[in-house]
Amino acid sequence: MIASSRTFRLVVTLACCWITTIAVAQPLDVPADVLASQAKRIAAIKKASASTVMVFANEGKGGGSGVLISPDGYALSNYHVVQPAGTAMKCAINDGKLYDAILVSIDPVGDVALIKLLGRNDFPYAKLEDSDLVRVGDWCFAVGNPFLLATDFNPTVTYGIVSGVHRYQYPAGTLLEYADCIQTDASINPGNSGGPLFNENGDLIGINGRGSFEKRGRVNVGVGYAISINQIKHFMGFLHSGRILDHATLGATVSTDENGNVIISNISESSDAYRRGLRYGDQLLAFGGRNITTVNGFKNVLGIYPRGWRVPLSFLHEGERIDTFVRLTGVHSPEELLARVQPNRQQPPAPMPENPDQPDTPPPGEKPTPKPPQKEEAKLPAAVQPFFTARRGYANFHFNKLNQNRVWNTYVQQTKPEEMKGDWILRGKLGNLGDATITLTETRVDADLPQGKAFAVLDNDLGQQEAPRGSGGLLVALHMWKLIQQTGITQFGDVYYLGSMPTPKHEQKQDVLVATHSVIECRFYFSPDTGLLTSMEMYPDLGVDPCEIYFSEYESVNGRMLPRQLEVIHGDTIYGELLLEDLEFNTNGGAE
Amino acid sequence: MRHWFLTGLALLALAMAQTQAADFSVVSAGIQPKMVKIYGAGGIRGLEGYQSGFLISGEGHILTVWSYVLDTDYITVTLDDGRKYQGEIVGADPRLEIAILKIETDGLESFKLSEAVSISPGARILTFSNLFKIATGDEPNSVLHGIVAATTPLNARRGAFKTTYKGPVYVLDAITNNPGAAGGALTTRNGELAGLLGKELRNSQNGTWLNYAVPIHELTDAVEDILAGRTRPRSLDEDAIRPDVPHTLKSLGIRMVPDVLAKTPPFVDSVSAGSEAEKKGIRPDDLILYVNDRRIDSCATLNNELELVDQIDDVTLVIHRDDELIEVVLQGQ
Repeated sequence: MIASSRTFRLVVTLACCWITTIAVAQPLDVPADVLASQAKRIAAIKKASASTVMVFANEGKGGGSGVLISPDGYALSNYHVVQPAGTAMKCAINDGKLYDAILVSIDPVGDVALIKLLGRNDFPYAKLEDSDLVRVGDWCFAVGNPFLLATDFNPTVTYGIVSGVHRYQYPAGTLLEYADCIQTDASINPGNSGGPLFNENGDLIGINGRGSFEKRGRVNVGVGYAISINQIKHFMGFLHSGRILDHATLGATVSTDENGNVIISNISESSDAYRRGLRYGDQLLAFGGRNITTVNGFKNVLGIYPRGWRVPLSFLHEGERIDTFVRLTGVHSPEELLARVQPNRQQPPAPMPENPDQPDTPPPGEKPTPKPPQKEEAKLPAAVQPFFTARRGYANFHFNKLNQNRVWNTYVQQTKPEEMKGDWILRGKLGNLGDATITLTETRVDADLPQGKAFAVLDNDLGQQEAPRGSGGLLVALHMWKLIQQTGITQFGDVYYLGSMPTPKHEQKQDVLVATHSVIECRFYFSPDTGLLTSMEMYPDLGVDPCEIYFSEYESVNGRMLPRQLEVIHGDTIYGELLLEDLEFNTNGGAE
Repeated sequence: MRHWFLTGLALLALAMAQTQAADFSVVSAGIQPKMVKIYGAGGIRGLEGYQSGFLISGEGHILTVWSYVLDTDYITVTLDDGRKYQGEIVGADPRLEIAILKIETDGLESFKLSEAVSISPGARILTFSNLFKIATGDEPNSVLHGIVAATTPLNARRGAFKTTYKGPVYVLDAITNNPGAAGGALTTRNGELAGLLGKELRNSQNGTWLNYAVPIHELTDAVEDILAGRTRPRSLDEDAIRPDVPHTLKSLGIRMVPDVLAKTPPFVDSVSAGSEAEKKGIRPDDLILYVNDRRIDSCATLNNELELVDQIDDVTLVIHRDDELIEVVLQGQ
């Protein structure tokens, strides 16, 4: 019965083919623009599929998708895809090969992770588009590994349109917030997570990771969301830092008043926004370069910046418009964030509470299992071991060290700071106010300035010395500059690579090293083009405005690049411009 | 010669205009100002307190679906530019499951129902709605694309889908019928209005959800009736002619539930033995929606409306019972 039924079907099918053949004996007259459009779509899908990564967690712990963004194997995925996979995973691309991959960084709030595929320096990779140009109605397509179907290493392509842009989707607790995301009706299913959303040219506009389901079960119902690639561009330097990244808060909350204006409904007095003059009841006008008309609009802007960025803010305070830059603080404290993403890696193990009924006891099931510190390197496949260094607070310290060295070595090659030993004497002019001489020794800094003399004693509490007055601690800042030149990043204190971000004076993102000496935290900003130090910030205390120095007018002196101009800013005021005529350093008595 | 050349050019241009589809992003931007977000009752136990709608007049008339969301005195309508208004129900047709709201403003962009088009299976479509309440304030509605998979009467699915509307629908391959999508607009690829996204419908036998839209042509007469006030209770007019001996609930043999609310839903409590109502099969728990084609929204309206019907005339009731609409004619004496 089955056989005869099959035969019947075959006959019918053949008959149909025959009929069709007769019907299309003449070649189909397809309009040229239809053929061109089809050819364009085929080319776009081919290009896009090559850079798409299928993530398979080791030991069959799930998986998902990703997308290559550089020839040396860096690939984007979702935090929620790599989290269960751990530090090492296997990744396939449609060249038919399976590659070892290592975790680089995670952004648990933004649901982004950076991984690195190993073994090639000529991976195909996607071009990052400007996702702010994406419009509702644009064609787009997702490529990935839905339902982990791609066991033959050929990804699934689903086509659709952009259904919405600048969408805001609430976080689960404080993690997995989708701000300013792209909504699409291209099918996004479990396993598509972490994979790319492309525009019709096959260029990357977002990372798929979420959908709206509610009572519809966990399969696509026409509403998928992709993290905008522009948000990820803001985080890109941070994602290469090997750290566990946090998102930002303004230190203030907003609400809409009866006129539809967005109003500050609460503000923390310790926030930078407060120091910049923002107060309860002020009206937000613009943030991050966008006009703010809704609470979602505000959250969209806030959600696309890493903790620590300085973002332009405009507001109305008592009828007066104020345009300023604000430093964004973290959503979490570093310990909070760590507890959320690595609950079983607490070191030392949490002590057992004396009284189990105490209110701060975690509820059953959430209690972190106290485990001895794990030797993670030991468990990793041999191929990835050289690319992993465990350190508390980091996803993979190896990549932090890599970037510290990259930034510092580029700088050192041009400035030869190791030769600038001993005491320094800076001579020059403070703007047009008059002559300035600053002497830096191991124990003190003395300044002879047009406004008078000032000094800092270096064995006292450095955080208390803000001389000269109004500078926010210029003398201590110069001491830190000298110190890191002389000691390098290995001897200075605790140093790490933060990532890259713009400054109010540099639209281009600068590489940032955070260096803590004694209790003083300093941030050193380096140009990605020249490798030179473009600015530094010295924080006497984390709750106050830092002393900022902007270095410019570099000149080559005796084969060494030296800045001729140091602009000093504290809070909202410019302290002055130090025009350097001479920098003398004392080991061999040479002056430059 | 030149004349022919120009005519040829004009024809060519016309042909190109017909074959060349507009860019979806341009179409979408043109539709958004006509879309509204509607907020009302709900918000508990899986009942969403929001739905979609679109403007059908520059003076703020809005076509949407008739649902529990509108079952409140505080319906909020948010325009595409973020302006918020209180929506008043002008009228509804529960048989078609549509309602018309009005907001107090003018100068709005709107669809013209008279320009709505019919579409066939295979036609590419766009849908506009605030499904899942993704958009708030001045954020635009969500746009999904797809094709018409079939045109079919909903009653072919009787039993599987619980719906009072039995007319033809466009079945869509786009997953349009999500929470809050009902009342949204179905347009052609060029943005011509073709349908109203229907309420959520789930097949009671296999649990699948149906994605469909009601063709605008099925709704235009009802919309005109509502706009012209022809479904409005006559008792709202002060100069309505009152007969000397009108019908009463008692004379018909119907007893309603106790009238304890400002708008007590007109449910039948009991039916007298041997009465006209019993003969015609009226049962307890029937909900009376219409008296002689006039919309009844409460026990009070029912009483007032019956006072305008002479006892010698017939009374036509439309009753809602078990997701079915039943028409009953009670004879005059």
